[in-house]
This record gives sequence, structure tokens and C-alpha cells, in this order.
Amino acid sequence: MISYFYRLMPAMISGLNTTLKVFSLTLILSIPLGVLVSLGRLSKIKPLNSAVQLYIWVMRGTPLLLQIVFIFFGLPIVGITFDRFTAVMIAFVLNYAAYFGEIFRGGIESIDKGQYDAAKVLGFTPFNTFIRIILPQVIKIVMPSIANEVITLIKDTALVYVVGLGELLRAGKIASNRDASLMPLVLVGIIYLALTALLEAIFKKFEGRFSYYH
Amino acid sequence: MVLRVENLYKSFKDNPVLKNVSFQLQAGEILAIIGPSGAGKTTILRCVNNLTNCDRGTIEVDGMYLCRDDGSRSIYAKQDEMLQIRKKLGLVFQNFNLFPHMSVMQNIVEAPINVFGTPREDAFKKANELLKMLGLTDKADSYPFELSGGQKQRVAIARACALNPKVMCLDEPTSALDPELREGIALTIEDLAKEGIGILLITHDMAFAKRVAHRVIFIDDGKIIEGSSKEEFFGNIEDNRIRKFMAL
Ligand SMILES: Nc1ncnc2c1ncn2[C@@H]1O[C@H](COP(=O)(O)OP(=O)(O)O)[C@@H](O)[C@H]1O
Ligand SMILES: [Mg+2]
Repeated sequence: MISYFYRLMPAMISGLNTTLKVFSLTLILSIPLGVLVSLGRLSKIKPLNSAVQLYIWVMRGTPLLLQIVFIFFGLPIVGITFDRFTAVMIAFVLNYAAYFGEIFRGGIESIDKGQYDAAKVLGFTPFNTFIRIILPQVIKIVMPSIANEVITLIKDTALVYVVGLGELLRAGKIASNRDASLMPLVLVGIIYLALTALLEAIFKKFEGRFSYYH
Repeated sequence: MVLRVENLYKSFKDNPVLKNVSFQLQAGEILAIIGPSGAGKTTILRCVNNLTNCDRGTIEVDGMYLCRDDGSRSIYAKQDEMLQIRKKLGLVFQNFNLFPHMSVMQNIVEAPINVFGTPREDAFKKANELLKMLGLTDKADSYPFELSGGQKQRVAIARACALNPKVMCLDEPTSALDPELREGIALTIEDLAKEGIGILLITHDMAFAKRVAHRVIFIDDGKIIEGSSKEEFFGNIEDNRIRKFMAL
């Protein structure tokens, strides 16, 4: 059995590669975008606020799977085509930025208004107030929610299967069909478990970095 | 004169909170504005520190106009001027509003270094002097959550002093303090005044005003009822409202 797992490895590693690519690119792009989304959602500029609210509503109110299918299979019907990977990335980044945006919004709203007053009195510009005073405190507050979302994301990457990208689940499914064996799917499960355990450990460490103050 | 407030008006929606408030503050003077809760004391401080825009009136800080009444409304200073005015003003909030993610030292040097471009060594030197003066030398690397109320207040004072202000405003400085710490803050305020800083003190604590102020203004319902030297004020309380408040 060990040798069977061993033979599956090249396909699994190539699948894992795609999974991690989708995962890390989504994180790198959607977290900063999420900060912008939260600012738009909190903006007093009415049209911006409403537009962002609508965007969040659609992204959180429909399945991510539908969003992927819509962008890759649906949009070409009206003449907009993306390659598989781009389509998947657009769907993931837009979807996760909405979730991260709502998390950041909650964090920003929980900061005492007195912090803004103190910064203003000391001469901080609104931008510097946000970067130096507000955001560092928000990051500490939202860290547990972000960790949850990130662990959901690593599992959600399996959805890219639907456009035929060779990620982890697809690699397992192909091997399972070919060999009429359950083992490839078990192996895929083990790899996901290892990934989520690793992420949990990383976040624990990260949260520790912020425990120097209350 | 380091602060002049003239004919200040402020309403929130349809609720007039300040109705023609005028007063002046000299360098080295300790002025207490006292009055019941809701009288508009904090609103005066917020206007003076440009956290709230007034509707009408003139506020002059050490020769610069924070805002100036032009006969129909109040015109505010432009951004670069406002920054110069901010440098002349220090404010100690009622609940201090320290930055919880920064150490005591960072709280103090953050604005001088990152807003006003003070060289790092100078900013740290000044901060260390302030900490020494306020008896906080051993707390430089502590975080606000590790401090008592009195210590937090002194950090807030140090932070407000780091830019060498001409006017120091304190909102209810005794409200968060244990009674035995009142004398300490009174002495600190007197030290600051001796260095030539004008102190504008907001309180509803009569005894404290009596202890520390050179001059007292009584405000109720957004209007100044009486202003005079401390001796006159406490020696000759004419106004009914003041007497009623004093008796409380
Ligand atoms: N941001 C605000 N919006 C609306 N009303 C306010 C605001 N700030 C203060 N007020 C009102 O102004 C009045 C004076 O408040 P304040 O200046 O805080 O009084 P004090 O500090 O003397 O207790 C109160 O009636 C209060 O409700
Ligand atoms: Mg008040």
C-alpha cells in the first residue's frame, strides 16, 4: 500500500501544486481587496457604499460554485472568455474579498472612536490614522475570523475541479477511477487534513504574535 | 495670551449646545471651566481642538486663527496651518485614548517622529525627560493595558506634551482617578503651568477646581454664567444656579 501511495505521488504533487497556487493567489489578492471592500462598505459616499453592499450581497448570497461556472461557462456566451485558471481566480478573489471585507468591516467598527480623535489631535492624516493606528488593532481583532476563512478556502479550492483544472481532488478522482480503488481519495483526504493542520498551527503562532497587548 | 475663544456657537442638529461662549487663557495660567454634566464643557474642548467644527465664532491659538468668524460663519484654517496649530495644542481625553498596540514610549514619540518629522534621537530624548518628570521612567516599555488609571493619565499627558504645546486641555482629569491621586495630578498641572503652558481644565469637580485653578468660569446650558478669579468665585457666589450646583 505504501508503494501504491508512492506511485500516486507525482499526480498528487502536481494536483497539490494547482491547489496551493489557487489558495495562495486568492489569499494574496483577496485580503488587500477585502480591506478596500470594507472601506467602501463603510464609506459615506452613498453610490460607492450601495455598490459595495450589492457586491457583498451577491457574493455571499450565491454559491461560489455558481460564480465559477458563471464566469467560465456563462460569460463566453456573451463574448467574454477567460482561460480556466484566470476564470477561477476571478471567482475566488471576488468571492473571498467579499467575506474578508465583511470581517474587516466588523473589526474596523469595533475600534473606539476615541482612537480617531486621539490620532487627529496629534496631527495624523486620515490615511496615516488608518495605517498606523486603526489597521494594526483591526488585524488583531479579526485574526480568528480570518483563520476560519482561510481554512475554508483551502477546502474550497476543490471547487476548481468543475472547470477541469488538475488540482488535488481531480488527481485523486482520476486515479480512483483508473485503479478502481478508494485509496487515492483517502490519500487526498489525508493531504487536506495535513494542510488544514499546518494552517491552524501557523495561525496559532500568528495570534501569539499579537497577544502582547489586550 | 495663548488662547482666545470668542462668541462660540455650536448646535447638534437643532440642539444648541454652545451659546455665545467667550474666554481667554494666558500663558502659565490655569483656567477651570466648571459646570454640570451636559453643560457643553466637552464640546468646548472639542471645538478648541478642532475635533468638532463650531457654527460661529473665533478661536485663536497663540497668534494663529484656528477659525475666524467672518460675520456670517466661521472660516477654518487651511490644512498646513491647522497642523501648526495642532502642534500648539495638547489634549488629554477623559478616557485618555492611548494607543493600545503601542508601548508607552511609542505612544509618546509616534506623532513627533511620524507627523512632525522630529529626529528620532530628539523625540526619544524629550520623551525620556517627560517620563522622568511624570515618574514613569520604568514604564517606558509597558503597554497601556498594564498601567493603572493614574499612570495612563500621565502617559496621556506626556504624549500631549511631546510637541511642546502652548495650551494643554484636560477633560475631567479627576474623573478616572482614585481620590488619593488627585493631589498628584494637581501638582503635575501646576508644573506644566510653571513652564508657561496655559492650562484649560474642564471639570465638574468643584473641590479640584478650587485646589488647582487660578481662575474659574462657570458654564451652564451652553452659556457662561460667571467668570472670575478663584478667590472671587468661591468667596462670593451670587448666582443661584452656581450655588445650587455647589451645594450638590
Ligand atoms: N456628537 C454629538 N451629537 C449630538 N449631541 C451631542 C454631541 N456631543 C454632545 N452632544 C450634546 O451636547 C450637550 C453637551 O455635551 P457635553 O459637551 O459633552 O457636556 P459636558 O461635557 O459638559 O458634560 C449634551 O446635551 C450632549 O447630549
Ligand atoms: Mg464632558
